[in-house]
Amino acid sequence: MRYLPKSPAERQKMLSEIGAQSIDDLFATIPAEYRLERDLRIPRQLAESEILDYFHRVARRNSVGYHSFLGAGAYRHYRPVIIDSLVQRGEFLTSYTPYQAEITQGTLQAIFEFQTMIAELTGMDVANASMYDGSTGAAEAVMMAVRVTGRHKAIVATTVHPEYREVLATYTKYQGLPVSLVAYDRQTARIDLKALDAAVTDETAAVLVQSPNFFGVIEDIPAIAQIAHAKGALLIVAITEAVSLGIVRPPVEADIVAMEAQSFGVAISYGGPYCGVIAAKEQYLRQMPGRLAGQTVDRDGYRGFVLTLATREQHIRREKATSNICTNQALVALMATIFLTVYGKEGMRELALHNLAKADYAARTLSAQPGARLVFNGAPRFNEFVLHTDEPPDFWTPRLLDANIAGGVPLRRWYPELGNATLWCATEVVTRAQIEIAAKVISAASAEV
Amino acid sequence: MASDTKNLNPASDCRANGKVRSHQTQNEALLFEKSSPGKRAYKMPPLDVPEVDPAALLGEACRESTGLLPELSEIEIIRHFTRLSTWNYAIDLGMYPLGSCTMKYNPRVNEVVARIAGFAEAHPYRPNSHAQGAMEIIELLQKCLLEITGMDAITLQPAAGAHGEFTGILLTRAWHESQGNPRRTVLIPDSAHGTNPATAATCGYSVENLKSSADGGIDLEALARQVNEETAALMLTNPSTLGVFESQIHKIADILHSKGALLYMDGANMNALVGKVRPGDFGVDVMHLNLHKTFSTPHGGGGPGSGPVACKAFLEPFLPIPVLVREEDGTRHWNYDRPHSVGRVRAFYGNTGMFIRALAYILANGPDGLRQTTEDAVLNANYIRKKLEDLYELPYNTPSMHEVVFSDKRQAAMGVKTGDIAKRLIDYGFHPYTVSFPMIVSGALMIEPTESESLEELDLFIAAMRSIAREVEETPELVKTAPHSTRVSRLDEVQAARKPILRWKPAAS
Repeated sequence: MRYLPKSPAERQKMLSEIGAQSIDDLFATIPAEYRLERDLRIPRQLAESEILDYFHRVARRNSVGYHSFLGAGAYRHYRPVIIDSLVQRGEFLTSYTPYQAEITQGTLQAIFEFQTMIAELTGMDVANASMYDGSTGAAEAVMMAVRVTGRHKAIVATTVHPEYREVLATYTKYQGLPVSLVAYDRQTARIDLKALDAAVTDETAAVLVQSPNFFGVIEDIPAIAQIAHAKGALLIVAITEAVSLGIVRPPVEADIVAMEAQSFGVAISYGGPYCGVIAAKEQYLRQMPGRLAGQTVDRDGYRGFVLTLATREQHIRREKATSNICTNQALVALMATIFLTVYGKEGMRELALHNLAKADYAARTLSAQPGARLVFNGAPRFNEFVLHTDEPPDFWTPRLLDANIAGGVPLRRWYPELGNATLWCATEVVTRAQIEIAAKVISAASAEV
Repeated sequence: MASDTKNLNPASDCRANGKVRSHQTQNEALLFEKSSPGKRAYKMPPLDVPEVDPAALLGEACRESTGLLPELSEIEIIRHFTRLSTWNYAIDLGMYPLGSCTMKYNPRVNEVVARIAGFAEAHPYRPNSHAQGAMEIIELLQKCLLEITGMDAITLQPAAGAHGEFTGILLTRAWHESQGNPRRTVLIPDSAHGTNPATAATCGYSVENLKSSADGGIDLEALARQVNEETAALMLTNPSTLGVFESQIHKIADILHSKGALLYMDGANMNALVGKVRPGDFGVDVMHLNLHKTFSTPHGGGGPGSGPVACKAFLEPFLPIPVLVREEDGTRHWNYDRPHSVGRVRAFYGNTGMFIRALAYILANGPDGLRQTTEDAVLNANYIRKKLEDLYELPYNTPSMHEVVFSDKRQAAMGVKTGDIAKRLIDYGFHPYTVSFPMIVSGALMIEPTESESLEELDLFIAAMRSIAREVEETPELVKTAPHSTRVSRLDEVQAARKPILRWKPAAS
């Protein structure tokens, strides 16, 4: 086997030095009746060239070359090539959690830089080293708010990503933590502030909203914060489209931000691996889950970085830990760090502006087609919008696919009240021509009826 | 330069040994300290749609500035991260015997196939007809993992080992509830990883500690006394964190099952078992795997991982949604209509990029390669044990599988602790073993070489450990002040925790 660095003679030599007759001696503690005396029934050993052939063949069954208007929690942005050049350096790729600070300063400093940029972008004081993804990060943020407030109820906007809400339901099921929903305004798609005001009580630990929300609409964070804070509840803002922070005001009134950082240079990869992150106001630091890198000095006074505040974590606190999380998404966080460095201060703004412009043009163009209209009006959007068509999406989706276009995500599955509505996303990689082709197909489909 | 710490004052600081402390590769500043306005590493294509006025579109939601994000050119970014990378130790540089983490070779073909456009660019909400390839990978990996574990059903959704534990205990709880009583406690041996009790607590169970027997294993009599009608499960790592196979495993399962409790297996140490024995055959009801340990997906400085959960058929109805289904015509889709499901533990379907890598590893090995891998992992650990047991105390004399745990008892008598020996190993060019874990061993040295080490590398490691043992006797201060060869040494963790500095801030001007 080509990954195994031993000759048969070396194996024999090692066995005899150990004093074993055969390798079976080393497995003698496994009761004989359970030992597997046959080959595993899995495919035979493949050559590297066969592995490449296999995966290329299978990948073709996933279509390629499609222009996509899909967003809804996973966003297609341009990925600068140096991201993959750098993260494939073995020193990053094949190291592990920086427990031994002296020989992991590279990872630790990069995490410190990540934490700094995420805190700055989200308008929070501190950010952790990453969570599994945005959905688990949002759920962990709610649990964090429960620990901070000592209260045991949560309020969630129905415009939080439906799958995030499902994850939250799973996480809170056995925590004695009832979660109630607050609906959206049918005109603007923003959370219904009156309903929110009525729902928040002095037993509410946290209000969780998403902004831009699942319909792409930017919430009125100051107004929501006021309602939550008036009753002593924390405000948690989830962000699924991190690129929005280049041009959208950060949710500085929030207490905790739970963000999915996939948009920052992470391949869309059929849903993962992505990179969640929790950022918060400093006073909640000790209730934050996940790893943190901190600055310190070494014995000669030189600056260095270490994992810190580990007394919150499971390997010290066991069942009293802030979370059971151990492994996080360090390499993906490194991708995000490199992405943010490549675009930098000016680039993040320009990138976000391109998204704003493309989505604005796409929304105007598509909604101008016969039988099509924008569902929501009156509140600002970033790069997603909800389109309603007279015909159900099943009708025009195949026609769009024939034109090499993946259209919007049908919303009926989660929001039956929205009928034929679909959620469209236009990032900087979508071209004007693609938008116009999509408009033509929808228009032609409508004319067929 | 905004900081007053020493390494940003690269005045000529030439040491007696001629090492120039101010060497630029040793003093890479933070991105923010290197930034200067007007530098760029990007270029947007021309905007092909009408420009928009953000203030008009966004109103009060419009952002003024992205603050301190750095402004640098591409070459500076390459150098920055390349220099940082050289401050890391990695498997690619040498042996990384971090016990219970299974730091094995990460094959490069895995990285290549995970980046094939058909997978890397696949949106999770694309129509099923356009995602059959990703689903085929998921299906084949599921099949392979079920065969390897001997279990009946599986979910790949959990994002890491601890997330898998959470999912597995949720399945356990859902099943007990379906039997009329969720039960109250989860039993956890005192040798377990901290994620186990943290997981049980997250699932609403109280944790009951199970004291290890004199040989470090499960004490069957104590177990029989502690298991009752309120015990939901035992969370057992097998081989244990001592690297010992629970040879009474079938009796453990019988004791649990006789009271209606389940046997959960933490699969962290599966690298000792693949191809040799299957948990499903020895009584395990539910378990998780760590694809980043056993199946070679890269650890990446702390993640991403992937923690599939495999279970017996009676737990299948409770698996997280969605579940992959294959129709008779060969097409696949996701089934969300599962009324007994515990729900979702993560958005979308899991860390698909890791599934591709793990499957590439399994295919590169085949049945013979996987078996040989396990045998070599166990051979390596036993070789180290044999070559070091005269100098380092073996707290338990039970046979080792894929890892060996020593204690620092003899060295501690001379004032040198496991943490010091670990730091000194760095000077010899190795990543340290896992320090002070498992907690049932005072001053533990937990060594897991994995199968990826050649005889030559093992002999170098053994020579280093033997040399350190001699140093402990002859020049203990040398060990207690290690490492001596690194850029920074013995960082002040107390200061880091007392006054946390968790982000850079510009110096007040």
